[in-house]
Amino acid sequence: MSLLSPIKDHHSERQLFISRVVLSIIVGVIALGLVVARLVQLQVFEYENYMARSQGNRVRMEAVPPIRGLVFDRKGRVIAENLPAYQLELIPEQVEDIDETLSRLADIGLIERDDISRLRELSQSGPRFKPVPLKVRLSDEEIADFAIQRPRFPGVDFQPRLIRHYPHGGAVAHAVGYVGALSAEDLQRVDPSRYAGSSHAGKTGIEASRESDLHGHSGYRHVVTNARGRQVAAESRDLSDTLPADQLPEPGNNVYLSIDLDLQLLATRMLEGWRGAVVAVDPWSGEILALVSAPTFDPNMFAVGMTQAQFSEVQNDPDRPLFNRAVRGTYPPGSTIKPMLALAALASGATNLTRKRICTGYYQLPDIEHRYRDWKPEGHGPVDLHDAIAQSCDVYFYEISTEIGIDRMAYYLKQFGLGSETGVDIGGEKAGIVPSQEWKRNNFSTREQQRWYDGETVIASIGQGYMLASPLQLANAAAALATRGIQYRPHMTAAIENPVTGDRMLTRPERLGQVEIDNEFYWNSVINAMNDVLQHPRGTAFAAGGNAPYSMAGKSGTAQVFSVAQEEEYEEEDVAERLRDHALFISFAPVDAPRIAVAVIVENGSSGSRVAAPIARAIMDHHLGYADDAAQ
Amino acid sequence: MRLSETQRLLTPKAASLSSFGMLMRRLHIDGPLLFGLVLLCALGLIVLYSAVGESNRLLVNQTIRLCIAFVGMLLVAQFSPDFLRRWTPWAYVAGLVLLVMVLVAGEMGGGARRWLDVGVRFQPSEIMKLAVPMMAAWYLHDRHIPPRLGQLAVLAVVIAAPAALIARQPDLGTALMIAASGIIVIVLAGLSFRLMLAMGVLAVPGAMVLWTFMQDYQKQRVLTLLNPDSDPLGAGYNIIQSKIAIGSGGLFGKGWTNGSQAQLEFLPERSTDFIFAVLGEEFGLYGVLTLLAIYIFVIGRGLYIAVNAHDTYSRLLAGSISLTFFVYVFVNSAMVTGLVPVVGVPLPLVSFGGTSMVTLMAGFGILMAIHSHRKLLPH
Repeated sequence: MSLLSPIKDHHSERQLFISRVVLSIIVGVIALGLVVARLVQLQVFEYENYMARSQGNRVRMEAVPPIRGLVFDRKGRVIAENLPAYQLELIPEQVEDIDETLSRLADIGLIERDDISRLRELSQSGPRFKPVPLKVRLSDEEIADFAIQRPRFPGVDFQPRLIRHYPHGGAVAHAVGYVGALSAEDLQRVDPSRYAGSSHAGKTGIEASRESDLHGHSGYRHVVTNARGRQVAAESRDLSDTLPADQLPEPGNNVYLSIDLDLQLLATRMLEGWRGAVVAVDPWSGEILALVSAPTFDPNMFAVGMTQAQFSEVQNDPDRPLFNRAVRGTYPPGSTIKPMLALAALASGATNLTRKRICTGYYQLPDIEHRYRDWKPEGHGPVDLHDAIAQSCDVYFYEISTEIGIDRMAYYLKQFGLGSETGVDIGGEKAGIVPSQEWKRNNFSTREQQRWYDGETVIASIGQGYMLASPLQLANAAAALATRGIQYRPHMTAAIENPVTGDRMLTRPERLGQVEIDNEFYWNSVINAMNDVLQHPRGTAFAAGGNAPYSMAGKSGTAQVFSVAQEEEYEEEDVAERLRDHALFISFAPVDAPRIAVAVIVENGSSGSRVAAPIARAIMDHHLGYADDAAQ
Repeated sequence: MRLSETQRLLTPKAASLSSFGMLMRRLHIDGPLLFGLVLLCALGLIVLYSAVGESNRLLVNQTIRLCIAFVGMLLVAQFSPDFLRRWTPWAYVAGLVLLVMVLVAGEMGGGARRWLDVGVRFQPSEIMKLAVPMMAAWYLHDRHIPPRLGQLAVLAVVIAAPAALIARQPDLGTALMIAASGIIVIVLAGLSFRLMLAMGVLAVPGAMVLWTFMQDYQKQRVLTLLNPDSDPLGAGYNIIQSKIAIGSGGLFGKGWTNGSQAQLEFLPERSTDFIFAVLGEEFGLYGVLTLLAIYIFVIGRGLYIAVNAHDTYSRLLAGSISLTFFVYVFVNSAMVTGLVPVVGVPLPLVSFGGTSMVTLMAGFGILMAIHSHRKLLPH
C-alpha cells in the first residue's frame, strides 16, 4: 500500500500534526473557558440566587398546631381538656402489604373490620411517609397488647397526641359542643394560617362559637426535607445550620362558662329516659346556669373519631341525640305564656284584676259551633285573672284573647324575647314563631291562607297553633318575668382567660330592652299568681313546689302534639307514647329576689305540672342551696 | 525543538535514569500519566462517596472497577503500537459485527438495546470507542497526509457506519462521541481549514437531518436546554437542579457530604451523569477548577505523548484518545452547567459505572504503550 501513496514526509507531517494539536488546544481552551465562565457566572455572580433556591428546596416550614384552650364551669371545674393519648398510626411506605396489615390488626381487635376500606383509602391517598391515624385513643390494655405484637406489624406504631376530652361526656355535650376533624368548610370560615397543622375544630356549642378564642395560633418550625418532602433527621450537619428562626404556636384561650356543672349533671340525670331540655339562667345577668338536651351523646366520640357503625347509630337514632333541643327545638309553649298574656291583657286594658269570668269548660266564638275546651272538662267556675293563672284556666284566656287581639298579643310576647333569636353565644338557635296577622301574610302564599281567623287567636292564647318557642326562649321569658321586665342577653361565656398571662376578660351582662309594662302592681299580681301555681294548695303544681323552703313562681304548660277530635276525651294511657302531650314548665325563685329562672320541656311527658315542674324544682333547690332538702 | 529532542534522545540518558524510572519504563508505564490518572480517580472516589450517600458498598464496588481498569490499562500498555496497528482492522470489523448483532439479538435495558451477552455481558459500542480512531489512524498511517477528498469519503464511511449503528440502539451520546473521536483523527491528520469550514457549513443541514432521526426524548433534551424553566418538574428538572447545586456551591462549596441538593436527593443522576454538580456544590468553584486542572494535566500529557510519537498511526491515535477524553470532560461539564443538551455523557473516571471506565483506561494504556515503546533513536 505504501507504494501507492506519495512518499511520506515525516517531518512536515509532524509539523502539520503539531499545528492541528495547537488548533485543538486553542479550541479546547475556548471551550473550557466557556465552561469556566459559566461556572463563575453560576457560582460567583448568581450564587445568592442559587443559594436561596437550594434553601427553598430543602427547608420546609412545618406547622406546629397550638394547644386548644380549656373550658371550665363557673366554679373552675374542667369541662373540656386536652389529654395525651396514644394513637395507633400506620406509615404507608413502611408497610409492605397494607391490606394484610389492616386485616391482621382487625384480627387482634385494634381496628374494626368495617373500617378497613376507609383506612385503606386513607393510607393510599396522602404522602407515603405521612402517618395515618388508625385508632385515635388506645386503652392501656390495647397499648400493652400491641407492644407485644409490634414486631409483627412493621410500619405500625403508637404515638402520643393531645386529644380533646370531655370528662363529663354527655352531660355537657349540648352546651359545650364538641370538636371534630377539621373539614374543608371549617377552613373557609377561619384564617387558614392560624390553623396550619391543626387537625380538629369546634363543631357545635361553645367549642364552635368560641373557636377563635379556643383555637389559638399555629406556629411553625423549619425542617430539612429531601426531594420527596420527607423530613430528614437534622443531625449535627450543616444541612440544618442556617435555618431561619421558628415561631412558637400561641395556645388558645381558656373559656370559663357560666354553666354550673352540678346543675348540668342534675338536669341530665333528671331528664334521663326522656326527650327534652332544661335551661336555667340567672335572670339578673343572662348567664346560663344549665343547658341540657336529652337524650345526649358522648362528645368524646367526635374528638376520637367514630367508626362508621358508631356514627350511623348516633345519626339514625330516632330520639335524635345530636339534636340540641335546648336551643334548636321549638315547641308550642302551651300555658307557659299565660303570665305574659295576663300582663298584656292588663296593660292593654282587656281585663282587670278583679273581673271574674265564668268558666264552663269550653268557649265558643260568636256564631261558630266549635267548642274550645278547657283542660278541665267541667270548668273552673267563676275565675279572676289570678285564679286563671294559678289554676291555668284556658277559657279565661280564650275570652280575653279576642279582646286583646292577636297583634297586641304578639307585640307583648315578642317583648319577652319570643319569636326572635336570643343571640345566645352558641350557634344554631331557632327563633320560634309568634304569630300575628303580619306574620301570616309573610309566611303564606295564597290570600285564603294569609287570612287571620279569630279561632287562631283563641288557640294562640294557650300557646298552641302556630306559636313555637325554644326552651332557651322560655327560660329567657321566665327570667324577664322574674326581673319584672328587665332583659339580659343569655350567654354561656363568663370569662376568657389568656393562659400565658393569666389575664381574664369578663363578659359583661348585656342588658336588652325592657318589657313596656311599668305598672308594678300588674307585675306583682301576675307573679303572685305564678307563686300560687307552685305554692298554693289549689295551684296546678302545688305537688312540686308546696313544700319548698323558699318562695318560687312558675307556670306549667301542656302542649298538644296532636289534636283531639271534638267530643273526644284525651286518655293518657290510650295514646301512643310519641303522641302524648309535651310537658312544659317555667319558673323562677326566690320570688322577691330572683336568682334563677328555669324552663323545662319534656317531650311527650303528658303533664307540665307533674313531669316538668319537679325537674325545675330540683334545679332551683340545688342552685339556691337546698339540695339536701330535695334529696330527702 | 527538533535539535533539543534529538539531543535528549542521543544522550545516554538511560544511564542517568533512576532504577525506579527504569522499572517504570520496562513495565511500559508512563509516570506522569499514571500520576494524573490516580489523582483524578482519587478525587473522583471522594466525590462519589458523597454522591452515593456515603454507601461503602458502592464505593468499594467502584474502587474494584477502577482497579480492574488500571490493570487493563497496564496490560494494554504492554502491546507495542505496531502490534496494535496490525490488529486494528480485525478489531474494527469484529466491533462492527458485534454492533449488528446487538441490533439483532441485543438485550434491552432502559428502553434501549445496547447490551450483548456472549459469555460476558458488555456493550460492543465500548469497543468502537477505541476501534474507530484506531481504524481511522490505521487508514491514514501509510497514506499521504493531509488526506484527500476520496480518502475522506472512505474515512467518513469508516466513522459513520458504527456511529449510525450505535445511534440506532439508540445511544446518541455514544454515537456522537465515537464520531467525534474519528473526526478528531482526520483533523489531526491535517485536514485543511477550508474543508473544516465546509464541513462546518454542512453541519447545519446535517443537524437538521439528525433532528428528524432523533427520538422524542432526545428532541426534548435539546428543547429543554433552550428553556429549562418551561417545565421545571419535567424535562428541565435535571438541568435546573444541577444549576442550583452548582450555583449554591459558591466559591468554596458547602463542604464534603453537606451538599443539600445532592444529599437530599434533589439532584437526579447525582452519582453518574451529574456528579460534576455534586463536586460543584460541595467543593465550590475551587473544587471544580482543581478537577479541571487535573483533567488538563492528563490531556496535556496525552498530547505530549502524541506529539512525541514516532509514527503516524501512534500520533493520530494518541492525539485522538487525548482529545476525545477532553471532549468527554467538556460535554459533561457543559451539560451539567446547562451549556449543551443533556446527552448522557458521564464525567470520565469520576462518574459511577464500569464499562466506560475500562475503555477509557485501555485508551490510556495505548498512550502508555505508544510512549514507552518508542525507540530511543529516531529512525
